Amino acid sequence: MNALGKISAVAWKDVLTEVRTKELFAGMFVFAVLTIITFNFAFDLTGADRAASGSGALWVAFTFAGMLGLSRSIALERDRGSLDGLLLCPVDRGILYLGKLAGNLLFILVVEVIAVPIFGALYDLPVYRPLLLLALALGTLGFASVGTLFAVMAAGTQAREVLFPVLLFPLSVPVVISTVKAAELALSGQSGEAIPWLNLLVAFDLIFLSLAFLLFERVVEE
Amino acid sequence: MVQRRGSAMGRVSAGLGVVTAIVMAAALYMMFIYAPTDAVQGQPQRIFYIHVPIATIAFLSSFVLAVGGIGYLVRRSQRWDRLARASAEIGLIFTTLVLLTGSLWGRPIWGTWWTWDARLTTTLILWFIYLGYFMLRAYAGDADRAARYSAVLGIIGAIDVPIIYLSVDWWRTLHPGPVLFTSGGPAMPGSMFVTFMVSLLAFTLLYVWLMYQKYMIESVKDRVAERQFQLAERQAEIREGMAL
Repeated sequence: MNALGKISAVAWKDVLTEVRTKELFAGMFVFAVLTIITFNFAFDLTGADRAASGSGALWVAFTFAGMLGLSRSIALERDRGSLDGLLLCPVDRGILYLGKLAGNLLFILVVEVIAVPIFGALYDLPVYRPLLLLALALGTLGFASVGTLFAVMAAGTQAREVLFPVLLFPLSVPVVISTVKAAELALSGQSGEAIPWLNLLVAFDLIFLSLAFLLFERVVEE
Repeated sequence: MVQRRGSAMGRVSAGLGVVTAIVMAAALYMMFIYAPTDAVQGQPQRIFYIHVPIATIAFLSSFVLAVGGIGYLVRRSQRWDRLARASAEIGLIFTTLVLLTGSLWGRPIWGTWWTWDARLTTTLILWFIYLGYFMLRAYAGDADRAARYSAVLGIIGAIDVPIIYLSVDWWRTLHPGPVLFTSGGPAMPGSMFVTFMVSLLAFTLLYVWLMYQKYMIESVKDRVAERQFQLAERQAEIREGMAL
């Protein structure tokens, strides 16, 4: 099996587990939508400047839902002992990381695909803009690439749920800033100015994907 | 190695401590008495002489932290991890001091304790990274896992800090621009520049001295842990012997 086949095998395992247990997706999705709705009470999302606060609300919702999913998906592996099983496979550790990342990414992206139209309808914002969707996809990749690594680390400690956001939030600041900024510019129709932010996102994604790919091996050796 | 009083390294350390104290006293004299009062900012400007060296050390520590982490992951020697541990503690203290001294200066000059400027925000995020580093170590359990996990965090953190800076800088910035190394020489009188350099030297010496002390404390801690482990093993052996 080539590398791509191995990656998709690990990701497929996650999809299959999810289809049979339904432990992750429903929780993440409901959580994301509830966050979007709660922001309605926290900010005024009906005014003319709702493109600015709306993009923030949307991204915060996905960040929280993503964190929930990431931490749960790795905690399940640890609790069931299936992480040890994965590590026993004659597969490069970096490939395992990419497989887990692909699975997590898939879940978060599916949540986004359903939640973005709901968000657009609730706040009457033009969400079907390619740049906005691109920013969300790139931001999710960056967030999940660091998140998957840290979730594995946090799951190996005594204080997983507490530690995971404490580690992940500070380091994902560039992703938050550039995704929210690019989404805001795309929503308010200033697409040209969103390009530098997208470039920053691509750079962040590449750097952290390769770093996590290299360092994952050191995290899972026991 | 334990450093006994009178050993060569112990003498070097003590000597360094004395030199640090002397240079620090000179720096304090210069920043409060010798350096002229700033024409625009008045007295609050004097905090610049300690704020900037402290900031330098805070960010240098994050770099040393990553170097210690890489060293540990490659060599698997406790020495590298001790370097990282020492660096993290000094980094956390100096980052706290940067935030405090910056706020004290910002209040009279900007009229606010805090602003979401690139340097301030990056420093605050760095502070949280240091904090996360300590929490990770505390919860990691055994020593090797703590060292590995924190090495990974240290490396990622050090690489992330410039990216955080860049992203917040694009977002908004208010912090005064560089005044030291601008083209056409420092944008300040010579006496201020000399005072700053003496202060920078004093804080660099302090940093080296603290790093040495902290490194030695960590190595003693490692030895104590090792002895305790041996003792527990020995006690278990004796208990087994008695049971037979």
